[in-house]
Amino acid sequence: MRGRRFFFIAYLFIFFMRIEIACARDQIQISGSSTIFPYAKIVAEAFGEAYHSYKIPVIETGGSGAGFQEFCRGIGSNTIDIVNASRPIKPGERQSCFQNGVKDIREFRIGYDGIIFSTNINGPDWNLRSEDIYNALGAYVVMNGHLQANFIKSWNEINPHLPPWAITVYVPGEKHGTREVFEEKLMLDGCHTSGAFDALKASGLDDKAVDVACRSLRKDGKAVEIDSDYSETFSRLVSNKTSMGILSLAYYENNADRLKVASINAIVPSEVTISEGRYLLSRPLFFYVKGAHLSMIPGLKEYIEFFLSDQMIGPDGPLVAYGLVPASDNERELQRTLLKKK
Amino acid sequence: MSKLLKHRDIRLKQRYRAEAFFRSCGLFAISLGVFFLLVLLYSVFSQGVSAFWQTSLTLSVKLDAKIIDPEGRRANDPQIICIADYPRLLRNALAEELGVSLDDLVSLREVSRMFSFGAGSQLRDLVVKNPQLIGTSQKLTFLAASHVDSVFKGQVNLSVSETKRKLSNKQLEWMKKLAYEGILHKTFNFGFFIFSASSRPEMSGLGVALIGSFYMMFIVLLCSLPIGVAAAVYLEEYAGRNRFTDLIEVNINNLAAVPSIIFGLLGLVVFIHFLGLPRSSSLVGGLVLTLMTFPTIIIATRSALRAVSPSIRLAALGLGASKTQTVFQHVIPLAIPGILTGTILGLAHALGETAPLLLIGMVAFVANYPVSPMDPATAVPVQIYMWANEAERAFVERTFCAIIVLLMFLALMNIAAVLLRNRFERRF
Repeated sequence: MRGRRFFFIAYLFIFFMRIEIACARDQIQISGSSTIFPYAKIVAEAFGEAYHSYKIPVIETGGSGAGFQEFCRGIGSNTIDIVNASRPIKPGERQSCFQNGVKDIREFRIGYDGIIFSTNINGPDWNLRSEDIYNALGAYVVMNGHLQANFIKSWNEINPHLPPWAITVYVPGEKHGTREVFEEKLMLDGCHTSGAFDALKASGLDDKAVDVACRSLRKDGKAVEIDSDYSETFSRLVSNKTSMGILSLAYYENNADRLKVASINAIVPSEVTISEGRYLLSRPLFFYVKGAHLSMIPGLKEYIEFFLSDQMIGPDGPLVAYGLVPASDNERELQRTLLKKK
Repeated sequence: MSKLLKHRDIRLKQRYRAEAFFRSCGLFAISLGVFFLLVLLYSVFSQGVSAFWQTSLTLSVKLDAKIIDPEGRRANDPQIICIADYPRLLRNALAEELGVSLDDLVSLREVSRMFSFGAGSQLRDLVVKNPQLIGTSQKLTFLAASHVDSVFKGQVNLSVSETKRKLSNKQLEWMKKLAYEGILHKTFNFGFFIFSASSRPEMSGLGVALIGSFYMMFIVLLCSLPIGVAAAVYLEEYAGRNRFTDLIEVNINNLAAVPSIIFGLLGLVVFIHFLGLPRSSSLVGGLVLTLMTFPTIIIATRSALRAVSPSIRLAALGLGASKTQTVFQHVIPLAIPGILTGTILGLAHALGETAPLLLIGMVAFVANYPVSPMDPATAVPVQIYMWANEAERAFVERTFCAIIVLLMFLALMNIAAVLLRNRFERRF
């Protein structure tokens, strides 16, 4: 009986001792956007193969916003070092970072990502204009010269060249960086070209209210918001053969045997059209690093150098093979010089 | 008399009808449940079983000293064998098999895309261990690339044009040839249980997740069982019945119903930011799951203690045993089957949890094996969630295969709960 009691106490002691030896971290910790996650994973793995003395970084996913929240919690070994973001940091986030002591934030661009409209592989070829998409998805549209709530049911009502499919579009939910780019680049553009902008303005709204109205999507179930990742949109596109969904170019390229991509304003999205800037819906991808951690976490500087090197983000690198649209030579060189600057 | 009985209305028909109706309702409910279970199992197994086999290539590879060590310096510099160009050896062997000339660089590039990147490391490890093999030919089995694997298992739509596929027509021709010659074949996928997470589907496995889940279950068991049982014994046997203990009871029952993500938030604030424990570690994960499990254990233990017949207690007290002797020598041994069942069910619940792990950084890509519970790790359900969001086709079957593995573990735990209960149950 006494022996058993001794073991019990010894076990508790050892257990709590282990907690006490929480030492300084020797592994890079990354969080953020799920769009950049596959790229970061490829780099982390190659980093582990190239530098045997460093551990492979731990990469979490949870979206750009959640990533910045963790990033801005402070400095120290129990906070993350890098946040991956599919959009630039917002002023509010920068401010909350500053208040918590994260003052030196370095921004790096890794390349570009295309946002595409896609249908099932068996669908017809689509050529959408910005105003078609706005008229299909916007909350307020101009019909027969009047501004009214959107009750358009099928695509050929908008434009006789489009197929007679009922409108069903899977749009990323509001927490996604993709959604913001879609609103910024496509909905606002379509709002102008379809005439809804002027009509909204004429109805007496101020600039801010017009902007909000242009961005808002119809709420009658034709624009389906998908809060989880692209894989849900993908499985819905495969099962619902007359629907359309928004995906990233990389996701499409990995599943091109089951999906068809729509051209927007007569431009087919591809690495070429995006890097030339002709395709409307593209965005830069970023990661942000805490300057204070560069000297604190072993391998962090090497990891960033490795990420920004041409063997990773260059046109022949593995990230481009996965679906990243590479930045131009000058731009990549600029990112590398950013790291050297103090 | 008999006449009277005959005319008394005992509603026999309606009562039989009511019984038949209730029986059919019950049967319907059960068969509905079984039907959905079968649909679930069918969809999981039909999509996941294929991942237990992985497409491999078995080929005789010439370990050419000219490629491994072109300058013949390996006796002086052992590092040379480690950094040699092993994928090239494999490529040349495969090219020779396919009749591709070593000058045709475009085709050679396509040849190198047929086998996994991991094959090179596999060959390197072999040569580093046995340097005397250099210069000989060895028959080797190595993994094919994931695209080859997906096509070989018939998971890719090949009717679309060449540009929309990951494999070209030439590569498909080669695949047919290799399969016909028996070079391309399926082997049991041991790597699935050993490899860590990877961006390359054919080289990714549940290794880190299994270790992480094991650590967490261990920590949950070690922490929540003593605390939970102690709390339950105190509340049931020692504490008086007053408003305060009622309040505690209500709170414990409430705690058992709290959404698990809230425990994750608590873990983030208390364990990581206040106590400074390492992020993403299985220690923090285990502690969070402990918090989540132990109301379940308290409730199960209390009901097990309550089920022990009062005559046992009274007899022990009557023979002069103290309160503590009664509880520890008579009541708890009789309550053990109930306590064990409750604990195992609580553990099974914790094993399948992802939401609280999201906030403490365990939903992550972790490629290094965790040596201690302080190192970053993932868990099996987390790995399922992460694979489900991957774009590559080869991850789909892995997702379902991991679900099969998780289901097996849960089934094992539940069977253990039943067996233990039967083994320790004592009847009077």
